[in-house]
Amino acid sequence: MARQHNGTKIKRSPGDQVVQVFIYLFIGIFAIATVLPFLYVLAGSFATERELTERAFFIIPSEFSLNAYKYIIKTGDVFKGLKNSVIVTVVGTIINMIFTTTLAYPLSRSYLRGRNFFINMVIITMLFSGGMVPSYLVISSLKLTNTFWALWLPTAINAFNMIIVKNYFQGIPKELEEAARVDGCSDLVIFLKIILPLSKPTIASVSLFYAVNHWNSYFNAMLYINDRNKEVVQIALRRIIFLAGGINTDGSPIDWGVLGQPPEKAVKMATTVVATVPILIIYPFVQKYFTQGVMVGAVKG
Amino acid sequence: MSRQRGKTAAVVSAPRKKKESFFHFVIAHKWLYILMLPGILYMLIFNYLPMFGIVIAFQDFRPFSADSAIGAYINSAWVGLGNFKKFFTGYDFTMLLKNTLSISLLSLVFYFPAPIILALLLNEIRSVGYKRVSQTLIYIPHFISLVIVATLTQQLFSSTDGIIYKIMEAVMGRGNAPNILASPKYFYGLIVGQNIWKETGYGTIVFLAALAGVDTELYEAARIDGAGRWRLMWHITLPAIRGTIIIMLILRVGSVLNTGYEQIFLMQNDLNYTASEVFDTYIYNKGIKLAQYSLATTAGVFKSSVSLLLVLVANKIAKLCGEPGFY
Repeated sequence: MARQHNGTKIKRSPGDQVVQVFIYLFIGIFAIATVLPFLYVLAGSFATERELTERAFFIIPSEFSLNAYKYIIKTGDVFKGLKNSVIVTVVGTIINMIFTTTLAYPLSRSYLRGRNFFINMVIITMLFSGGMVPSYLVISSLKLTNTFWALWLPTAINAFNMIIVKNYFQGIPKELEEAARVDGCSDLVIFLKIILPLSKPTIASVSLFYAVNHWNSYFNAMLYINDRNKEVVQIALRRIIFLAGGINTDGSPIDWGVLGQPPEKAVKMATTVVATVPILIIYPFVQKYFTQGVMVGAVKG
Repeated sequence: MSRQRGKTAAVVSAPRKKKESFFHFVIAHKWLYILMLPGILYMLIFNYLPMFGIVIAFQDFRPFSADSAIGAYINSAWVGLGNFKKFFTGYDFTMLLKNTLSISLLSLVFYFPAPIILALLLNEIRSVGYKRVSQTLIYIPHFISLVIVATLTQQLFSSTDGIIYKIMEAVMGRGNAPNILASPKYFYGLIVGQNIWKETGYGTIVFLAALAGVDTELYEAARIDGAGRWRLMWHITLPAIRGTIIIMLILRVGSVLNTGYEQIFLMQNDLNYTASEVFDTYIYNKGIKLAQYSLATTAGVFKSSVSLLLVLVANKIAKLCGEPGFY
């Protein structure tokens, strides 16, 4: 967060004060514009279908209804998706952090022999990639398709995140390492007992980046997972929103059977809420680490 | 982290003897290499193996011509630059190029400066509480999945019950409001607009982080010398984030052909297809859906090569201008 530069009070010209008011207003409007759609969806998920059709916009529904949530609970698909997404996100993030920190630590040591070679190896992956089809062929010939490994392994390291962690490790005073070495600690012990505990801010923010990516990932799941039992929440969300519209993904009308016609708009909104809430719950806890974790710097050095 | 780098750069560390042989170093620091092993294997399998996989751009790749993928590579016939000729002369190449470049250039003009401007404005806010609350709010859309962004967009702009559509109808008159979701004319704006809404707030973080390092005494001193708001911004704030802006710009230039799969895929429909088919979606539609592996890979190779070239050129220019550049 940028430091304040007020200090000495210097008189502002009226024109300057107008600018200041304009800036406050603009920021305020921008902030409201970012959250307004969410508030609308949240309110809509508790509203009746009639109100959603009749009233253009509201933040508080006049008639409170849980029908949409009841419908979602009855079909159960979202919750299966949520469960799968929790597994994918938790295990995936642990894999990410293991792969990322163990690669970042050696690369952060300036005395590592072959360091340039390995760093160049990373840089090349940032500049050039084989593309979707060759990756798809590799992943399917490794028989990862229809397992969560297809979501975990190919995204195990994000080079940008790795560089963030590496730069953070590099900033830890070398004296600590020296002292531990004098005490006879191996590189592994130094990494586990000194470097990692001192890197909590960057580990927190990079873990969040990875977790958010796993939670929100739609495309990879669509490519690699066909098994309905392994459906992640984003896929479920997309399908339910299509289905709530009363048509199958192939365009044919749906036979609703015993569940009956759902409150279409409210169901879409309630599903959106259910899929968003988990990420918003952890967000405030990690927000304070953001600025510490995301300094963009040169890759080398 | 860069702010601490200066302090530690002078400390010469670890190697016990000045001229240790490589072999001895590896033995003494075996853990460093063991720790790196998973990461190196990961890169070899999931980054480098696919890079060799681009050979199929020069083949008529038939995946089922052998039991294993490697066998299929060996069995498939070489066609030289045949796929490239087919790709470049195909009827959709100009459409792909036009759509991709339009979305990228509109992003560069409207979406790229947005977080910089917002960061500069946030930097002018004196009230800590106001600033913290607005920052918390504007970061939120970044954490929302593209599926949800697409859903929200559809709910807001839908021509049957979307609220924004209703507002446009009220302003322009019944029947005159554009159906933004189903018309190629508005697709570029829709995508760039989604990006601005979703990522502007979060994009300020890197610039605010750079601004946090500015010595506040600089502002004091300049203000005592009579500098106004604009001069402070021009002479102190902007130079402080110039390096960050340039790195971000290099990366953006490098991804001119990468519009991303997911966002466009989610907003694509039969009605806006002529504006929404870009290289990335083409690769998916041709390569994965229609199993035309060679043609899709050709498109991928073209895209990756141009991107690489652009990053290298942009980086070089930055360095010639005396900036640290990206690597």
